[in-house]
Amino acid sequence: MSALKVLRIGPLVSIQDQGRPGQLQQGVSRGGAADLLALAEGAALLRQSADLAALEMAGMGGLFEATGPLRIALTGAPMQVCLDGEFLAWNASHQMQAGQRLEIGAARRGVYGYLHLGGGIDSAVMLGARAAHLMSGLGRTVAVDDLLPCGQDQGGETGLGLSAEDRFQGGDLRIVAGFQSDLFAKKVRERFAERDFRRGSRANRMGVELVSDGAGFAAEGQLNILSEIIVPGDVQMTGDGKPFVLLREAQTTGGYPRIGTVLPCDLPRVAQAQAGTELRFDWVTLEEGLALQARYDAQVKSIPGRCMPLLRDPALMQDLLAYQLISGAVSADTDPFA
Amino acid sequence: MKFPIIRTAGLDGMLVTFSDALSEASNRATLAFCEALKARAWPGVQEVSTSLASVFLRFDVNALRHEALQEKLWDLLSQQDWLQAPLPGGRRLWQVPTVFGTELAPQLGEAADAAGLSEAQAIESLGTARVRVLTIGFAPGQPYLGPLGVEWNLPRQTELTPQVPVGALVLAISQLVLFATTAPTGWRHVGQTGFRSFQLESQDPIALRAGDEMIFTPVSRSDYDRFCAEDSRFGGASREEIPA
Repeated sequence: MSALKVLRIGPLVSIQDQGRPGQLQQGVSRGGAADLLALAEGAALLRQSADLAALEMAGMGGLFEATGPLRIALTGAPMQVCLDGEFLAWNASHQMQAGQRLEIGAARRGVYGYLHLGGGIDSAVMLGARAAHLMSGLGRTVAVDDLLPCGQDQGGETGLGLSAEDRFQGGDLRIVAGFQSDLFAKKVRERFAERDFRRGSRANRMGVELVSDGAGFAAEGQLNILSEIIVPGDVQMTGDGKPFVLLREAQTTGGYPRIGTVLPCDLPRVAQAQAGTELRFDWVTLEEGLALQARYDAQVKSIPGRCMPLLRDPALMQDLLAYQLISGAVSADTDPFA
Repeated sequence: MKFPIIRTAGLDGMLVTFSDALSEASNRATLAFCEALKARAWPGVQEVSTSLASVFLRFDVNALRHEALQEKLWDLLSQQDWLQAPLPGGRRLWQVPTVFGTELAPQLGEAADAAGLSEAQAIESLGTARVRVLTIGFAPGQPYLGPLGVEWNLPRQTELTPQVPVGALVLAISQLVLFATTAPTGWRHVGQTGFRSFQLESQDPIALRAGDEMIFTPVSRSDYDRFCAEDSRFGGASREEIPA
């Protein structure tokens, strides 16, 4: 089976998939890809299952050499990418031949870029998934000389492109009230939704710090609550009333109060926000939240049908992101969900 | 607030809470109610788990409406007094050789001081306590144990201990945590065991289950070293089924 050999690698690159839902009782949070939409996009571009594992690259990619012919797709935060020195399109699938070198540089926007292999990455399964869960010491970051083996590739066309949702520039995060929201006074919750936040300097796969000017958002009786279950998207207030949005690799329980929960469909926007990116919160009711999520889920289901052949030879294009991928219809910067 | 209460968690979670304070009875109710939910296996319920005094359900919102799930939960809650429910079956008692104090667990002295006990009294108290795995959480396989007596209701330290090793027994707020990984903590390091709650390579990577019981038997440093050398997974701990 073909594989990708790692010749050079960024500091925070790991194998990720859908993670490990269903193991909270054992203290294992679900983890998995920080931007699940990118997994769906990569799977669609390679016409394969979104349950397969891919390489998640935080901020910086690496240099990889193919040991045999293999298909790849690139999704998530757009990164500089070359195949044997020729620029490649992001949000697209490509063919690699044995000995060819793929060089992925820094993220131009967003945080997490993804490299998908035809057949997925066939690494060891740990507690039911291939995803590294760095916080619990499950798996590790990818290192030089690692071999990323392809699983059984069903094969298929390459050279497909996709106009991806732009979730790399922050914006409004829809949030629903939850079981600890009433620990916060109504006025505090209102003030929370009026504040302009920026992503702070502390961020990883567990959570993202938000900073703002002005008073914090303390709960009443903040330090005395019992540790309670954490769900992805929970917005936790630390002792000084500073919000952290917790992501899928957060610990399973926590003692800091949560003001509410960001909708799953807006979590890629949180994970992909670079430091300094502006974010705001927008309270929605549970019914509104369910409707928004259902609409988003339907959009995700439609991604395979929106993958189209790249109209120009990507090897001849200097920077495909500057072009319209699908003539006259949409550009890579258009938000199809808007 | 009148308990139990049912509240939502995110878009697809529901939380049944038996108390806003930790007690033996509220934790027992939590474990018993969780077991009853697992036995019923309602269509649409994707996951059931417990925290100290709550049961969490994750469900498929397309298969089960929030109102319908709440109704089913209230119906089940009303079928018995869950605070009087017996603990579920299938639990185990673990007896774990433990060094209290010494340079292996350097905060026994200050914890004893804070509890108003001598070190000998503290070892007697902690070394004979039969504690329950109240919940597993924070990290894979990591147990929260208790409840201990009120004398052990010590606040967390304001300064974090930068690192405690795997197998460290730490104490705060009338609970013990047996660390499953190497990590910083605000709890006081009072004992050290050779018990690994989580070991990926083994057949049963997560050793403990909520509801199990543990006794941390005081041993000498030389016995501890011998147990660790002979049994790298559990540090000489014994395990027996608790009769239903």
